[in-house]
Amino acid sequence: MLRFVVRRLLQAIPTVLGVLAVTWFLFFGTVSAETIARRNLSSKNPTQEQIQGWIKDHGYDAPPLVQLRRGTLDLLRFRFGTSDSTKEDILGRIRQGAGPSMAVAGTIFVATVLGAILTAVVAAAFRGTYVDKTVTVLCVVGLSVVYTVYVIAGQYFLAKQFRYGPVWGFDAAHGIWKYIVVPSLIGFSAGVAIEIRLYRTFLLDEIGQDYVRTARAKGVPETSVLLRHVLRNALVPILTNTVAVVPGLILGGLLLENFFGIPGLGSYLVDALAANDFAVVRAMVFLGTLLYIVGLILTDIAYAIADPRVRLD
Amino acid sequence: MSPALVHQLYNLTPLAVLGAIAWIVSRAARTPLWGEALRRLRRNPTARVAAAVAGLYVLVAVADSVGWYDTASQERRTVVDAVFERPRERTYSAPLADRTFGEPRPAPLIGRHLMGTDGVGADVLYRALKGVRTAFQIGGTTLCIVTPLALALGLVSGYHGRWRDDAIMYAVTVLSSIPGILLQIAMVLVLGKGVPQICIALGVTRWVGLCRLVRGEAIKHRDREYVRAAKALGVGDTAILARHILPNLLPVVIISTTLSFSSLVLAEAILSYLGVGVPDGTGSWGNMIDAARDELARDPVIWWNLGAATVAITGLALPMNLLGDALRDAVDPRLRS
Repeated sequence: MLRFVVRRLLQAIPTVLGVLAVTWFLFFGTVSAETIARRNLSSKNPTQEQIQGWIKDHGYDAPPLVQLRRGTLDLLRFRFGTSDSTKEDILGRIRQGAGPSMAVAGTIFVATVLGAILTAVVAAAFRGTYVDKTVTVLCVVGLSVVYTVYVIAGQYFLAKQFRYGPVWGFDAAHGIWKYIVVPSLIGFSAGVAIEIRLYRTFLLDEIGQDYVRTARAKGVPETSVLLRHVLRNALVPILTNTVAVVPGLILGGLLLENFFGIPGLGSYLVDALAANDFAVVRAMVFLGTLLYIVGLILTDIAYAIADPRVRLD
Repeated sequence: MSPALVHQLYNLTPLAVLGAIAWIVSRAARTPLWGEALRRLRRNPTARVAAAVAGLYVLVAVADSVGWYDTASQERRTVVDAVFERPRERTYSAPLADRTFGEPRPAPLIGRHLMGTDGVGADVLYRALKGVRTAFQIGGTTLCIVTPLALALGLVSGYHGRWRDDAIMYAVTVLSSIPGILLQIAMVLVLGKGVPQICIALGVTRWVGLCRLVRGEAIKHRDREYVRAAKALGVGDTAILARHILPNLLPVVIISTTLSFSSLVLAEAILSYLGVGVPDGTGSWGNMIDAARDELARDPVIWWNLGAATVAITGLALPMNLLGDALRDAVDPRLRS
């Protein structure tokens, strides 16, 4: 097992290097320092001195080797530097934002996975009937609505009309639950449809297997077949697919935090986008990717533990 | 060339695209696999309704692509502009109202608006219709980047294996480990706002999924007997890939393309909302939704702007999703759940 984990970690090294190359090329290879300066300077027609001053001030005049180091080694050591627009320390801001973001994203993650498993089991139990068909139709409709509409409409109905939580703000001193109930509910509704569809196919694949027929033939009750035989086997693909929820969580973080005034990483990134803050966006892209890679590794390990058919060496 | 002539030439583009699609469909309908699939689709009532709704959208997109040079305003005017453009009001007005909305002293309107007007007095129905062409541009162009790229790299990677496979799969692994939305917003931030930039950003992040799929299929077909027979007869690798393996992969590719079209339309709305989308002045459902973010917080609420954009976008995404599902069932009945 240890060997498997170590090998999987080593495999991640070239991937991280590749990600560094992609972000470095994107941020230092495709735009000139002057373009970055022009976008950041507020005046419409900045003078040449203003542009040169900004470039010097924000370190974009550094020699290519220093730029390369900044885009690779410094990112690897989490030395993100300071923000282009506010001169704030990026790492410090990320530390502050991680807590609120994790609270929202963690709640949505658990709710989505559990809710999707439950609904998919119900749909699979009543497969072919109108219950199953309703679930399928609702899922397709749910997939076809934009995330932003969920956010705007959700805030209006859940926060403003039904008053499940505040419309805006975040205050850790007053208990964070109050503030994350509505965003989590919205994130759950927006992300659950695609998971239900996926899990339902996994369950139906298992229901068609021979061992299910055997279990039925020896007189195991249908509920027991479903929960103890089918679900247990379907949990293997479900488990390995939970990491697929992560990109949705990142998107949810961006939109929900920005809309509900939660001072997390998502709203930090959205503010940085609005301010043309290249340094912050670069750091956040790298950090988000790193988290996702960790998630992928954890999934592989979980898969190896859950499925005895996976050979470890 | 005179501007008028250039604008006449523009008009040929949508006709050429439609003609190409019609030609491909009619060719495909003559092959046994696709002919049978089309017959099954025609028997499926959901698919027929979905195709009809999607067809309406195509009609609007074409009507908004065919136009002429207006000498008075010195701008291009399309059929949609001519039919649906309404004079600008002062500010918000409710659907079919005769006075402006939310002002202390509501002013009478110049005309009636089926879906009301937005904050700057523009007709909401007109804005929603202007979003159709942008949606098709983004969906279509991105798919034109994604599909050939994924097909070529996936086929080469799966068929040849070895170092080609290693190199391509390394690129796929790296790109797919960057969460798509993060790479997209970073790319549009760096490249600047605009429809082509969005298409590039979506294209770069979306081809990896299809590439993996194609590679897997290519590996499956690589050692089949028909491929070995072709090899024994002296057919070259490129010809085997293009003429023997590729046709067998088309069902998978077409289904995946249909299903990803709707997610591309939705992605445009999200990018616009995050401020890295379509520039102002181009019709965009994302910008309409973005403008609507504070409208529900007002009292009394302004719902028609958000409502129109939601109906417009879901009205395209839902039929495309349904069509994709129906197509999958029609092409491969074994996949039917």
